[in-house]
Amino acid sequence: MSILVLAELDGNKLKGLAAHVVSAAAAWQQPIDLLVYGSQVDEAAKEAANLSGVARVLVAQADHFAHPLVEDVQDLVLSIAKEYSVIVGAHSVLGKSVIPAIAARLDVSPITDVVEIHAPSIYVRPEYAGNIFSRIENHQSLQIVTVRNTAFRPVSAGGNAEVVSISVPASRALSRWVKEDINHSDRPELGSARVVIAGGRSLGENFDALLSPIAEKLDAAIGATRACVDAGFAPNDLQVGQTGTLIAPDLYIAVGISGAMQHIAGIKDSKVVVAINHDPDAPIFKYADYGVIADLFTALPELDKALQ
Amino acid sequence: MKVLVAVKHTVDHNLKPFVDAATGQVDLSQARRGINPFDEISIEEAVRLKERGQVTEIVAVAIGGTDAKDSLRHAYAMGVDRALLVETDARLQPLAVAKLLKVIVEREQPGLIFMGKQAVGEDYGQTGQMLAALLGVGLGTFASGIQLGDGFVEVTREIDKGTQTISLQLPAVVTSDLRLNEPRFIKLPNLMMAKKKNIETLAASELGVDLANRFTVIKSSEPPQKPGAIQLANVNELINTLRKAEVLQ
Repeated sequence: MSILVLAELDGNKLKGLAAHVVSAAAAWQQPIDLLVYGSQVDEAAKEAANLSGVARVLVAQADHFAHPLVEDVQDLVLSIAKEYSVIVGAHSVLGKSVIPAIAARLDVSPITDVVEIHAPSIYVRPEYAGNIFSRIENHQSLQIVTVRNTAFRPVSAGGNAEVVSISVPASRALSRWVKEDINHSDRPELGSARVVIAGGRSLGENFDALLSPIAEKLDAAIGATRACVDAGFAPNDLQVGQTGTLIAPDLYIAVGISGAMQHIAGIKDSKVVVAINHDPDAPIFKYADYGVIADLFTALPELDKALQ
Repeated sequence: MKVLVAVKHTVDHNLKPFVDAATGQVDLSQARRGINPFDEISIEEAVRLKERGQVTEIVAVAIGGTDAKDSLRHAYAMGVDRALLVETDARLQPLAVAKLLKVIVEREQPGLIFMGKQAVGEDYGQTGQMLAALLGVGLGTFASGIQLGDGFVEVTREIDKGTQTISLQLPAVVTSDLRLNEPRFIKLPNLMMAKKKNIETLAASELGVDLANRFTVIKSSEPPQKPGAIQLANVNELINTLRKAEVLQ
């Protein structure tokens, strides 16, 4: 039996998370089919076919996939599910919404937010906002899983998968896309940036003014703590942590962040963590690789200058 | 219109859990419990809809042991009209919970079902999605805004780089995110009054649902401790160290 991996698109392009999910799915050592659905899928199908480890790219093109809705993705996957013993999606906003729905229709309990796979049926996943990691044995013959993409290294390009078109069930039209308000930014995307600099509530109204020049010099994405977002100093989509974006950059710089467990849970796959905080007892220092005890309002301008 | 709110009696979200070395399982025997914070947000939203005259009745349902009545009383104190307990001592997994909720939905016939996006504890984050799929109705996850219309609900959801608004035919399932609202403070007289209210109890085992667990938690552990940060005197020393370690160019 084969493995079905669900890809996601950003516009007409394949989202980078597909390479991570394919890498996770390789644990089962079975042929991998990568499902690509959208309203214009040619470009994404080409990118998908180029991922190493993919046997076939299944292409589902339909106008109603321009903004995929949970019910429509559910019906598409249900139409091909019987050919697979494992179905895997990313633990993304779309994956978290659609994978449990697919599983319920197949009378399967899904395993979500998996960070380690020990094939064929044992996984590790975080619980209690990342305070606990539990090893889980799945007793079901059909396994349906979401994986935390930052926990799996992406597969490289250089594959040459066959591209197959599949038919798309008609939409049940239970829901309808109305609009999206996207915060456009020239900076790298938070979830995939090589460098991330994030600030806590103590940056206050100067959050953007203090972090932007440094982010620009480092080609870094900007992140924020939940408290900082709740206080209105940074927009929601910058929130880093268990309930926000999960990140795994090569370098993470935490500025004025005390290090609440739910924040740490969202950065734990970062390679190098740097903390700058005025409080020597801040928990973030227990977790960081390098620390500087300093007042942010002097340290940040110094950092900006040192990078010039 | 009637609204059903699913409520879970969970461990306190401020709790730092620990693993019992003998069993390899999380020890919750001493943990303080209360209503799942995301469910409290769901109740608040339902109560606000009722205050605006868009909802006529709010029913809260919990699945759990008799201690879950505490969370249902909390729901009463916030302003729900009726409370149901589907009683079981088993630690049910999300699929079984979704199936039980489906039975309750079929019995109550609500126009809208609210649940938290996840419960504190195992953090599965699955039940609302599974309930919508089992019922064959529309789903709005991670709601940060709700507009109830005639026969539909518009849900604004938090997505990767901003927000998305979708419109769902009713009945529908909506899961609440943190920023949907700030739940009201409960006044003591309301809590006292809630103690006198009736909680209808059904036995989970008598609802004709397969409650079997589908997976087993073999062993839990706390994440490994890191050695702690190497403290550097100032920002310049930091930059030099990062360059030497080839983390920065």
